[in-house]
Amino acid sequence: MEKRGLYKVDLIFEKVDPKEVLTQAYNMKSEQIIQQVLDSGLKGRGGAGFPTGLKWKYTAAVKEPEKYVVCNADEGEPGTFKDREILDKVAYKVYGGMAIAGKAIGAKHGIVYLRSEYRFLLPQLMKELESFHKLVKGIGYDFRINYCLGSGAYICGEESALFESVEGGRGEPRNKPPYPTTSGVFGKPTSINNVETLVTAMMIIKHGPESYSQLGTKDSRGSKVFSISGDTPIPGIFELELGMSVQEFVDEFGDGDTKAVQVGGASGFCVPRKRFQYTVIGFEGVPTGGSMKLFNSSRSMYNVLHNYLDFFAEESCGQCTPCRVGCQQLLKGVEKVKKGEVKATYLNELLKLADTMKVASKCGLGQSVGNAFRTIVENFREEIIY
Amino acid sequence: MISLSINNERVSVQPGTTVLDAARKLNINIPTLCNHPDLCVAGNCRVCVVEQTGARTLIAACAMPAAEGMDIHTNTLKVRNARRHIVELLLSEHRSDCTKCYKNQKCELQALANEFAFGDTIFLDLVEDHPYTIDRSSPSFIKDDSKCIHCQRCVRTCFELQHISAIAVANKGMHQKISSFHDRPMSHVVCTNCGQCINRCPTGALVEKTYIDHVWDAIYDKDKHVIVQTAPAVRVALGEDLGYDPGERVTGKMVTALRQLGFDSILDTDFTADLTIMEEGTELLTRLKKALVDGDKKTAFPMFTSCSPGWIKFIEHKYPEFLHNLSTCKSPQQMFGALAKTFFAQKMKLDPSGIVSVSIMPCTAKKYEADRPEMRASGYKDVDYVLTTRELAIMIKQAGIDFRNLEPAHYDSIMGDSTGAGVIFGATGGVMEAALRTAYELVTGREVPFPNLNITPVRGMEGVKEATIKIEGCTKDWKFLEGAELKVAIAHGLANANKIMKQVRNGKSPYHFVEIMACPGGCLGGGGQPIPTSMEIRKKRMKAVYSEDEHMVLRKSHENPDVIAIYKEFLGKPNSHVAHELLHTHYVERESY
Repeated sequence: MEKRGLYKVDLIFEKVDPKEVLTQAYNMKSEQIIQQVLDSGLKGRGGAGFPTGLKWKYTAAVKEPEKYVVCNADEGEPGTFKDREILDKVAYKVYGGMAIAGKAIGAKHGIVYLRSEYRFLLPQLMKELESFHKLVKGIGYDFRINYCLGSGAYICGEESALFESVEGGRGEPRNKPPYPTTSGVFGKPTSINNVETLVTAMMIIKHGPESYSQLGTKDSRGSKVFSISGDTPIPGIFELELGMSVQEFVDEFGDGDTKAVQVGGASGFCVPRKRFQYTVIGFEGVPTGGSMKLFNSSRSMYNVLHNYLDFFAEESCGQCTPCRVGCQQLLKGVEKVKKGEVKATYLNELLKLADTMKVASKCGLGQSVGNAFRTIVENFREEIIY
Repeated sequence: MISLSINNERVSVQPGTTVLDAARKLNINIPTLCNHPDLCVAGNCRVCVVEQTGARTLIAACAMPAAEGMDIHTNTLKVRNARRHIVELLLSEHRSDCTKCYKNQKCELQALANEFAFGDTIFLDLVEDHPYTIDRSSPSFIKDDSKCIHCQRCVRTCFELQHISAIAVANKGMHQKISSFHDRPMSHVVCTNCGQCINRCPTGALVEKTYIDHVWDAIYDKDKHVIVQTAPAVRVALGEDLGYDPGERVTGKMVTALRQLGFDSILDTDFTADLTIMEEGTELLTRLKKALVDGDKKTAFPMFTSCSPGWIKFIEHKYPEFLHNLSTCKSPQQMFGALAKTFFAQKMKLDPSGIVSVSIMPCTAKKYEADRPEMRASGYKDVDYVLTTRELAIMIKQAGIDFRNLEPAHYDSIMGDSTGAGVIFGATGGVMEAALRTAYELVTGREVPFPNLNITPVRGMEGVKEATIKIEGCTKDWKFLEGAELKVAIAHGLANANKIMKQVRNGKSPYHFVEIMACPGGCLGGGGQPIPTSMEIRKKRMKAVYSEDEHMVLRKSHENPDVIAIYKEFLGKPNSHVAHELLHTHYVERESY
């Protein structure tokens, strides 16, 4: 693999003339739009990394007059705050990306599902939405966007739980299949994309897939907005090319004493110092929805793990057994190990449980609790026990 | 057709078939828990996970549609490990006081534990980590959250079958629980006490409130005369809890068993079912006369039956503006209760204060009904204790009775005679059929024009049934009905009742008379009936009900000799003053949240 350095990029926050890009997209065939996004190699920026072009292609292929573009702005992964910045700075590009997605899949309705904690952004977002509606109407689009506010549950960032929430139900993930591309919100074909994905798609239309796919690596094309926090002298939002190693990242953002980086938030992976050099940030290594949290040697990894497990035990929807009860068992288990009330080898049982949760949980939440658990317990076992 | 492979065996199934059903076709058993044949797929317990070659995770067999070329394995190491973990996880949040539990040996979690989780417990006990409630507020059932395993069968039952949602999921994560509106006690929410949730709860989290010990105390009390009445639907289901297959009629053996248990008078609710037909039929004809002859525009139509206490509470909560449409007749249980401590006491020269009146019902709402303040027409509590079919089976077992080898016997006389019309009260459409058999004959002097008195349009398991009966050749008194078309409808399950009620509220209801039963299938599918229940089982019980009817000599309520006698000796005529005092009631509006 070609060794890459750290390249800062300015794509997401780049100022563009929305009229120009949207007119350009309006004059393209929907297949052309989808092909360009496919060619760019763009994968979903929410964390799961499903190829955006494919998602659009599948949704476009369903013959149904009523379809939806949903913008997932329920940014809830601990340590992620890039969508907030994007909505704050370039909401018109989010709307633009939705209109383009609508054109690509044949949808007239857009829904932005906004995290309730971002309610304070709403007045400004609505104002921008008004001018967006005028703009796209002028160009000829038949596309309108509505807002839907979350109520504070982490699980509502999961696509099918989000649909349930939009429809007025409890935020509980659905059984899949059917997938959103055939039966999403209100049972209609839906393309649900992350805020950043939609902006990126718009920029791919503007700059062309070739120039975009020159950024990043084979498995992780393009750039990504990172939310950097923890023990760093320069916390904040940074747009970086994908494909760097954790070492390169730490060299830039660390405080000189970094012992671990949690990549991808609570549901992501903990990379210890000894693995910095060998771990690529991207789909070939550790994927991330943007959250990068640095820990220096003053931090107790037990506390870090406990914090995450506490979070999951609260934020599981509670519907399926492995996740609802598994999270509680992991939490109570590490507490008992720490207190010496059970043997340290009990951690091995818990690791097996984490494996079960990974393969038997209903949705991505329960399936990814084991990521942080395994990587922290395996790499910092002594901090958990003593 | 879709072709797939399960444990290396090929099977072809229709599109839409789940992996679970495909496996069943091959007689491969995949354990399930949250799955129930009456309810939508939930896929949340995950007990049914299986391995699909090439899939990243295991899949829930109950929720996964079979797809062409699938390669499924149900018994791999990965599956076994996951399944064991899942059962252990469920056990860790379940208060396992199995030996003392009402559902001991009838608990689906216990059965799974026996199969998959014997030996040392892996996980930590979580039960005491959460505050839990044992809600005993309802006279009908107990809701014990410490035994709940969150499968949501009850929630789906209450929503899908009954359109009530008295219980729903509250909170998330570790705090998730099955709760009522604002965590109110079950006695103070819109709950009809129908007990359908009990029939589907896999554990002891929802069970009927049992009065077995009270009844034993009464039986052993020498100063008490203990009367027992048995509802129509009990005789076609009791056998299921005593080792028989569904659909076996055990009427005669049940009577013998009751006698052996020590009840003093073994009587039949079917008798008051027949009496209900006389009262309710007369009420209907009176209403029709008022509307058609007297031109009284205030007479409310359609008239609704009032036998099902779950339905009564439903309409009191949800559609109180239509309480006038309800027949004022008490249910057969309560008519019986009122007569037991008046007419029966007089005839038998018993002091009513020394009578303990027990009823065996397929129903949990009957426990609530017996407690209603309106149900004290005799001056005492008309029905003292209500036991479900399940509770009777327990008593029979407790007494060491060898049920299978009992000689059948007959009910005692005075209030023990019945007709086929009374028996069919146990099935949806039965009250309607019984009413039509009598009313038609009363008005025209001829039998209903259906072969062998079987009014087939009102039978069957369809959610809402309707029929139109043209009345021709009326006798002199009923000339005003000549040529009239009587439109009737039947709904069972409150979700179907809701359909009828929406129509009524919109002013679009064309019916004169509507029978509504709270439970799917009518009383034979009642909340007090043996567990498990499914459409297949209910159909078998239904067949037994109609077979019981066909085996009766008398099949029309007005021919019941005990009914004829009671009008002659005690009540006068239907809807008389005495009848109103004892056999009719009124209803109350209840809050709708």
